[in-house]
Amino acid sequence: MNALKQYIDLFDQNSSLIEEQSPALLNTLRRVAREHLQDAQLPRKGSEDYEATDLEAVFAHDYGVNVNRLPFEADPANTFHCDVPNMSTCMYYNSNDTFHSSATAERNIGQVVVEPFSMAAVDYPEVMSDHYGKLANLSDPTVALNTLLLQDGLFIYVPDGVVAERPIQLVNIFNAALDMMVQRRLLIIVGKNAAIKLLACDHTQSPDYHYLNNQVVEIVAMQGSTVDFYDMEESTPLTSRVSSIYVEQHEGSNVLIDGITLVNGFTRNNYHVEVNGEHAETQLLGMTIASGNQHVDSHTFISHNAPHCHSNEMFKYVLNDNAVGAFAGKILVKPNCPRVEAYQGNRNLCGAPTAKMYTKPQLEIYTDDVMCSHGSAVGQLDEEALFYMRTRGIGIDEARRLLMQAFVADVIDGVRLDALKDRLHYLVEKRFAGTLSNCAGCLQACRKS
Amino acid sequence: MKEIEKPEKGNKIIEEAAQAEYKYGFVTDIETDVIPKGLDEDVVRRISALKGEPEWLLEFRLKAYRHWLTLKAPTWGHVHVPEIDYQAISYYAAPRQAKKGGPEDIDPELKKTFDKLGIPLEEQLRLSGMAVDAVMDSVSVKTTYRDRLAELGVIFCSISEAVKDYPDLVRKYLGKVVPYTDNFYAALNSAVFSDGSFVYIPKGVRCPMELSTYFRINTAQTGQFERTLIVADDDAYVSYLEGCTAPMRDENQLHAAIVEIVVEDRAEVKYSTVQNWYPGDKDGKGGIYNLVTKRGLCRGDHSKLSWTQVETGSAITWKYPSCVLKGDHSIGEFYSVALTNNWQEADTGTKMIHLGKNSTSTIVSKGISAGHSQNSYRGMVKIAPKATGCRNFTQCDSLLLSDTSGAHTFPVIEVGNDTSVVEHEATTSKINEDQIFYCNQRGIPTEDAVGLIVNGYAKEVMAKLPMEFAVEAQKLLSVSLEGAVG
Repeated sequence: MNALKQYIDLFDQNSSLIEEQSPALLNTLRRVAREHLQDAQLPRKGSEDYEATDLEAVFAHDYGVNVNRLPFEADPANTFHCDVPNMSTCMYYNSNDTFHSSATAERNIGQVVVEPFSMAAVDYPEVMSDHYGKLANLSDPTVALNTLLLQDGLFIYVPDGVVAERPIQLVNIFNAALDMMVQRRLLIIVGKNAAIKLLACDHTQSPDYHYLNNQVVEIVAMQGSTVDFYDMEESTPLTSRVSSIYVEQHEGSNVLIDGITLVNGFTRNNYHVEVNGEHAETQLLGMTIASGNQHVDSHTFISHNAPHCHSNEMFKYVLNDNAVGAFAGKILVKPNCPRVEAYQGNRNLCGAPTAKMYTKPQLEIYTDDVMCSHGSAVGQLDEEALFYMRTRGIGIDEARRLLMQAFVADVIDGVRLDALKDRLHYLVEKRFAGTLSNCAGCLQACRKS
Repeated sequence: MKEIEKPEKGNKIIEEAAQAEYKYGFVTDIETDVIPKGLDEDVVRRISALKGEPEWLLEFRLKAYRHWLTLKAPTWGHVHVPEIDYQAISYYAAPRQAKKGGPEDIDPELKKTFDKLGIPLEEQLRLSGMAVDAVMDSVSVKTTYRDRLAELGVIFCSISEAVKDYPDLVRKYLGKVVPYTDNFYAALNSAVFSDGSFVYIPKGVRCPMELSTYFRINTAQTGQFERTLIVADDDAYVSYLEGCTAPMRDENQLHAAIVEIVVEDRAEVKYSTVQNWYPGDKDGKGGIYNLVTKRGLCRGDHSKLSWTQVETGSAITWKYPSCVLKGDHSIGEFYSVALTNNWQEADTGTKMIHLGKNSTSTIVSKGISAGHSQNSYRGMVKIAPKATGCRNFTQCDSLLLSDTSGAHTFPVIEVGNDTSVVEHEATTSKINEDQIFYCNQRGIPTEDAVGLIVNGYAKEVMAKLPMEFAVEAQKLLSVSLEGAVG
């Protein structure tokens, strides 16, 4: 069986409708994506780079696709908040596949452009056409599928020299009374010496339906720019997510990407970073806390194409119950790129006999004057540390929670926004205590007792 | 601060080393029976007939051949194995006078060859404490010290002889660790394997001397497909060494071997290799394709298998000596130094499959890349859900001696329970300029300093080699190292 076929057939039947509703720029690439998908197959478990993950099974579910762009009535800004205390963000909402801005969105006005593709194609046609689809790799079937079915996305543009005063927050919400797949797409262009901090969080409001978020993010960090992208997932066990983040870095740019998974069903995160300019710095951080049948698979690739670059990766997993974690990371240093320093770390805690961890850290080095290393470990909490705490009157559960919190603390401490850091520590504490509610941000508070 | 300048001498030394001749590249002019090139069922039958094999073994070969036909050569390695024309290779070549009369009567030309390689076949000339099985092309020329070993019940002979003399033992273990369905080259080997060694250490016997096999490819346009089977019964111990060389030729020759090891309760096997097949010339012309499947099964509780390898030869190396740790408390070890120079490509590493409870494994891999070579470590550590309390430590370091070479690591770790601990560390860097500077300051020339540093770097693995081999391996490393200042 080929799970892609149902979506390709759907496209073939509705192609003219989809094209009518989309900016012309999206349609050009759509045709190319269609060709790529002609004989494509989604990776099965065990295939290269998918040792633990079966994408075919994820996409095989009969998801609805909002081909007709039917509007969803509820205004997310009125029903859902994902406020981070003491962090006045410019908030945008993405309800299923439709963008809404909120009152707070005005804060950065005049500095940063945040608008849907449909508007950006008119306002910034050149920037759009220069960058849309240039980084994303269409030979990845999930990226091709996103490009094929995409009707709108979010365009974030920080012009040269602009330093965004406030962080931008994008709240992605699933809220539909049917099983649904959405294509989400972000195009983030950060101009020379510009800076932006971006927080994207995924939520699911209806825990009884299956959702699939097929996301593609393209980030271009121009000379001397600084980009922070925090990607947080707090969804439900029935929510699946396939996310591909592509980054291009120019000289002296500094990019931090932090992927945090607290609650989810199935997640596959791909990070692909091309470091094209000298003295660029890259930080990839990841933290996963998984229990039940959660499945989190992260795949990173950093290609150092220029000398004097630094990269640092740290991914931490805490797995309990039947959770499955997977990490595969590759650092590539191309020929003639001396003085590259690249570090990659993956640390995992297996807290239950049935939890499984797969890890594959890789180095591919073609220049001699480099410092590269990777380390990977799978283990348990330190018995002695537990014993120490118990002798001081801390209960076993509390002691375990404390140690687990300490274990993930350094990933959280990598966050360059103090308010978000505090919030994450709080959320992680609640998550370990089992009191994190997926509807914490919902104003309706229907499930809160 | 002024940057330390690259010592100019370095380039000169590289040139010298690149031009250094492969010491074992001579050809022995000896009459050889070679069967015509090509591979089909008749060839398989002919090899079997030439060796006078029983029906069951022919069946095994034919099954393997038929399976091989359905397979494609693997392409996942970080090596570029060109399309090999399997019909252009001769699958059997035997020195005509390998054994004229009795086993003690050897063609003087052959004896000279092995003398030249430093493998004297006269027992009294040997360093005491090592028995040798010498294999030239497809046949075993001589096995020394057989009688003395037989007194203890140790069987050490060529696999062809073992098939005749100990058919039950061979049948019991052949293909059990590496089945012919394992991979493309294993299937090919199972169909056409020629000679190799068979070792059986009976219960409770500690083999009093090192056992060693020396493989030599001599004839052009042939491939070598040897097969080695080592069985250590309960409480037995053996240390086994393997060495290999081949003449310098412009053509590439294929070497596709299988090594199978079975380790029973509380037994221990130590398997050491110094691989020095012809690596090709400085332009990457010629050289051996070393595509080998090696695997050991630690079947018994408290059994131990230790692989030590020094890989300096071959144009292409594709080799993953592995341990299946089935017994509880079993131990697997893998120590490797892989040095590549010029246009060599090596993709080597290990698999540690933990199936038994409380099994432990250690992997130490040191890669050194110079010239335009590519050196990869590829490994897997798998802990099965029921294998509780397991422990693995992996360290793989790479040293780059030129800016045109590559060093890569591709480890896979799968942990299926919450009581096992797996650690993996890898680093890649060039020789520390500070260290060279330190040595220079103290009057040690750069050339020697590099030798010192690299020897120190590889020491952890070298220390695991048996004495006779360690000397050879150290010499080998230093020959290749002399010019490797980057």
